[in-house]
Amino acid sequence: MRRYCISLSSSSCVPHAVGNKHISCLFLIEWLLVLNSKMRETPLSNCERQFLLKAIEEKKRLDGRQTYDYRNIKIAFGTDYGCCIVDLGKTRVLAQVSCELVAPKENRPTEGIIFFNLELSPMASPAFELGRQSELLVKLNRLLERCLRNSKCIDTESLCVVSGEKVWQIRVDVHVLNHDGNIMDAASIAAITALCHFRRPDVGIQGEEVTVYSPEERDPIPLSIYHMPICVSFSFFQQGTYLLVDPSEREERVMDGLLVIAMNKHREICSIQSSGGIMLLKEQVLRCSKIASVKVSEITELINKALENDRKVRKEGGKYGFAESMPKERITALKTDVAPVEMTDIEKKAEDIISGTEPPSDSSVPSPVVRAPGTGQVGEGLENTWGLDQLEEDEEELVDQAMEEGQETEERCQSPKQGEVVVISDSEEEEVVILHQGVQVKDSNVPASSSQQQGTGVSKKKKKKKKPAQ
Amino acid sequence: MADCLKDKVGEVLLPGDVFSFESKPEKLICGPGLRRNGDEILVCKSGILRHKQPNMYWIDSQQRRYVPAKGESVIGIVTAKSGDVFKVDVGGSELASLSYLAFEGATKRNRPNVQVGDLVYSQFIIANKDMEPELVCIDSCGRANGMGVFGAGGLLFKVSLGLVRRLLAPQSEIVRDLEKMFPFEMVVGLNGRVWVKASSTQRALIVANLLESCENMTAQQRQALFRRVSDGAS
Repeated sequence: MRRYCISLSSSSCVPHAVGNKHISCLFLIEWLLVLNSKMRETPLSNCERQFLLKAIEEKKRLDGRQTYDYRNIKIAFGTDYGCCIVDLGKTRVLAQVSCELVAPKENRPTEGIIFFNLELSPMASPAFELGRQSELLVKLNRLLERCLRNSKCIDTESLCVVSGEKVWQIRVDVHVLNHDGNIMDAASIAAITALCHFRRPDVGIQGEEVTVYSPEERDPIPLSIYHMPICVSFSFFQQGTYLLVDPSEREERVMDGLLVIAMNKHREICSIQSSGGIMLLKEQVLRCSKIASVKVSEITELINKALENDRKVRKEGGKYGFAESMPKERITALKTDVAPVEMTDIEKKAEDIISGTEPPSDSSVPSPVVRAPGTGQVGEGLENTWGLDQLEEDEEELVDQAMEEGQETEERCQSPKQGEVVVISDSEEEEVVILHQGVQVKDSNVPASSSQQQGTGVSKKKKKKKKPAQ
Repeated sequence: MADCLKDKVGEVLLPGDVFSFESKPEKLICGPGLRRNGDEILVCKSGILRHKQPNMYWIDSQQRRYVPAKGESVIGIVTAKSGDVFKVDVGGSELASLSYLAFEGATKRNRPNVQVGDLVYSQFIIANKDMEPELVCIDSCGRANGMGVFGAGGLLFKVSLGLVRRLLAPQSEIVRDLEKMFPFEMVVGLNGRVWVKASSTQRALIVANLLESCENMTAQQRQALFRRVSDGAS
């Protein structure tokens, strides 16, 4: 139990005669803080640990994924430039980019400054505390910095306005909104996507004078980004015997070691870090880097698609922002009360209505619709013009083509091993096939409120159907 | 009073809704989610109002957060041994204490074999807002009655409290549908934790995923899903 030390700064206002009260007040505050600090994560029971390890030995995962599968990745953009939310399964991360004109560092007068800040709020998990530099937080921040700043993926020289006097400082804030494992990958995807999406205001220089133009005056300018490094996490179990991609929260708790590889789509490793103190063989690291290259090209493709979609929607003047792109998960989604309609003297009324109404105005202002008493909705009743679903379909088509090529190889590999997971070899098609299973599960979802749960059910079923073939 | 409550049975109520006595006060029993305040009854949870004859009312909510209540059986995780009590995590705001004497056949000499990280199925004998909750693994006759340490080789997972109550209801349809598929062991705690053990890892995972997915399904959807799965599983 941690104890906090509190000194009341207002002690001068408290007369000494009521010292007792003062002490009891102190005690109360301390007690409350102790209560607050009690919020802790659920311990992992022995049986969960044993079950997880056993399942991993049998090449099974809790959510029905294969060994090298990622969870569903979803990218949604906010209404402002440089803001995005990335969902990796149930892990959710928000990234926001902002900029400011500052004086440059003395030793680098012509380079802009990039600043990364990742935060773990108690909202993500009760185990996280606000304002405390935990080991995990420091590690994640350092990794993010190494992944994005040290890889020089952003042209800092183009952020210079007046050499030695004014440069742009780009600040990337990453907030973890929900923690279900593998924060690092989600954070790196969110950060690089937000950076690609960001537009800084244009500046003009006349003599000594620097003018910052508002977005209405001149179109804002995107950052120049050379490449997109993306982190891929591998967790190792039983001293490196078993390997899983994209560990979930419970898998992270039982893992022995973690290897994070940051790579761009040109297969250049931007940073690599192994933690947890396990010995890895050279072949294992090479295999991981091969898997990472496939995953990274997939994710880069997805990010580019998402950016492209957003650009298209903005250009056409469609609706964009989180309210448009987030699925609405409501239990009451299916419940609609039937409005009472009067059926007598319709004809007479109809004429009155037609003559009495004004032509509908062009501006289609969305109005909140209340479907049933007791349900409040925001952004309801609009068509989802944001093309996330489309995007997923596109992606599937893309993978489908690759799938057709890889189909036979997959079956050849699987049948002798009785449905075991395909061991990644040099062939890229195989790896794409494995990915596709995850994608297919995602797409077969019915767009209902319980789409995620159904997805897991479906994936379950698939695996079972393989059984009779054994 | 009773009339206006009765009118609302089966409807969704929200925290802050108030029922006030108009005529003479009648005898009512307020269950979870309802609170009496002077002449009024306040709703303090969101959910559906339920009624049981003759005058019992409660709110059926779908929350996931557990608040200990006396007499409820829960699945706890032993987090520490301190002196002569075990500290048990039950998912509530505070750790519950479980005396080592509160096991069947335990004496001062004959201590039960409980390790940190073990699962215990136990019952609350003290649970109120001012005191540390206390668990026991024996009933009033000193018998274990199904309680105690368990859980070798099974999977523990968490579902919503509403689903747990549906599972524990007599003649629960979900359990009946699940039973048809294949044999498995299941322990359900009122704190939302469910433990499942089946003949293989695969089967335990199937049950866990089915239970997690049927949370917001209608009976037809659920049965269709179960049928599809059992067709594949057999």
